[in-house]
Amino acid sequence: MSEKPHRFNALLDAMDTFLRTPATVTDGRCHVRDAVDMKRIMITVMIALVPALVFGWWNVGYQHSLSVGGQTALWSCLWYGFLKWLPLVIVTYVSGLGVEVLFAQIRKEEVAEGFFVTGFLIPMIMPPDVPLWIVAVATIFAVIFGKEVFGGTGYNFLNPALLARAFVFFAYPSVISGDKVWISGADAVTGATPLALVMNGHPEALPSTWELFLGTIPGCIGETCKIAILIGAAILLFTQVADWRIMFSVFVGGYATAVVCQLTGLCPVAAHDQLLMGGFMFGAVFMATDPVTAAHTRDGKYIYGLLIGILAILIRTLNKGYPEGMMLAILLMNIFAPLIDWCVVQNHIKRRRGTCDL
Amino acid sequence: MKKYLGPLSKDNPILVQTLGVCSALAVTAQLKPAVVMALSVTVVCACSNFIISLMRNTIPPRIRIIVQLLVVSFFVILVDLLLQSYLYDVSKMLSVFVGLIITNCIIMGRLEAFALSHKPFPSFMDGVMNGLGYGLVLAVVAFFRELLGSGTLWNHQVVPDSWYAAGYLNNGLMILPPMALILIGVIIWAK
Repeated sequence: MSEKPHRFNALLDAMDTFLRTPATVTDGRCHVRDAVDMKRIMITVMIALVPALVFGWWNVGYQHSLSVGGQTALWSCLWYGFLKWLPLVIVTYVSGLGVEVLFAQIRKEEVAEGFFVTGFLIPMIMPPDVPLWIVAVATIFAVIFGKEVFGGTGYNFLNPALLARAFVFFAYPSVISGDKVWISGADAVTGATPLALVMNGHPEALPSTWELFLGTIPGCIGETCKIAILIGAAILLFTQVADWRIMFSVFVGGYATAVVCQLTGLCPVAAHDQLLMGGFMFGAVFMATDPVTAAHTRDGKYIYGLLIGILAILIRTLNKGYPEGMMLAILLMNIFAPLIDWCVVQNHIKRRRGTCDL
Repeated sequence: MKKYLGPLSKDNPILVQTLGVCSALAVTAQLKPAVVMALSVTVVCACSNFIISLMRNTIPPRIRIIVQLLVVSFFVILVDLLLQSYLYDVSKMLSVFVGLIITNCIIMGRLEAFALSHKPFPSFMDGVMNGLGYGLVLAVVAFFRELLGSGTLWNHQVVPDSWYAAGYLNNGLMILPPMALILIGVIIWAK
């Protein structure tokens, strides 16, 4: 390309290569070409998220209808939830991509695709009625401080979507905790999240295991239906976008801790219900497996996953103020992932050194 | 005069030398205690620089740290008592952090690096300027933390009630120390 790049090259390039690969590829012999590039991976994750999303639309409408006593017809529920979700997703993408384009422009780089999944995830882990300006502020904060200051996509050590949620959780606790936020349009009524209630000493408030599994309970848009999340997990595992080691060890760590908590009487909830409650499964499948922020070594992935599971259940059980332990556990382990990798590599080097004479 | 201005910008104690960060995180949730803290540090830094500089030729090098600590603690106690008598509410807010001025690395750093080898007046000016450089950062951080975190400045509400009625919320994260660290990071980044 001999011509001078356009002034708004970053933006134009982003438009041009939006969701597709440009036809100009490097020639020469030394490149391994693969159909799976970053865009393909991102699209796969988004496809895997669709079942949970569609169910989330329906559930937002369904919970709303239940609380105001309206009709619970399939299409009206879906439509209601869709209309709740649409502004969230528009605000997220506009604010997040705005920051990305701005940084790409300043740094004279291409806009990376990293925000597509982040922007898709953020509305799915917010309460349906969260004020839009808070979503915008949280997204901008997460993209700048979770990602761009460290160098952009691929250099972030925190999951930006979770960071956005953590920002809302600590900065504006009133919109994301308490009883009313999880049901859209609920000035009329009603129940707290089962998670918060159970942790504060009302075990009878827990829905049945079947309801937890099916997802007909109040919650974030994406997290309630475990069937939809399992379909997403299957897609991610089949395409090998997510690593099964992480998912597996998160569940093992979480289940083991939940069993211990149950047996010692710390928590009245059955261990299998613990795994179905709140954002545990959603986090395990879509958040913990983020290839950038997770541990990279094979042994490291087991340690990373186990610790996420253990910490998530421990935070939930021991700290009544933070019923949603999954978010904090994953963010904490994101920070520790490089350390885990370093220890695994050092250990490996030490072992190899022991077996040979130098 | 120009040679004393370094601590305000390109040689700032917090932003460049990264000294005194812990107190900067602790006292900047509101503007008033931050400014009082900054003035206290300025007074302590300038006065102890002056005294140490006067004594610089008579202090035996091997016990100079103890002598410095004695002088600094004298001024810290003086400031603490003054605050308790005249600004009791601010003194309560700052709690241990006034007493902890003695451990502020900026003060020991200036004594070691400047006062021991310079004449009294330049040492005094150096102390004043370093204190003000520290105070400048504190004031900026506290301004944003109080404005966004509590909607007030110097304890006066500045965010109008109509905003709250329209759904505006104070940012609770601004009250917490991590946000002070992020703000200082942003200032260093933007600088």
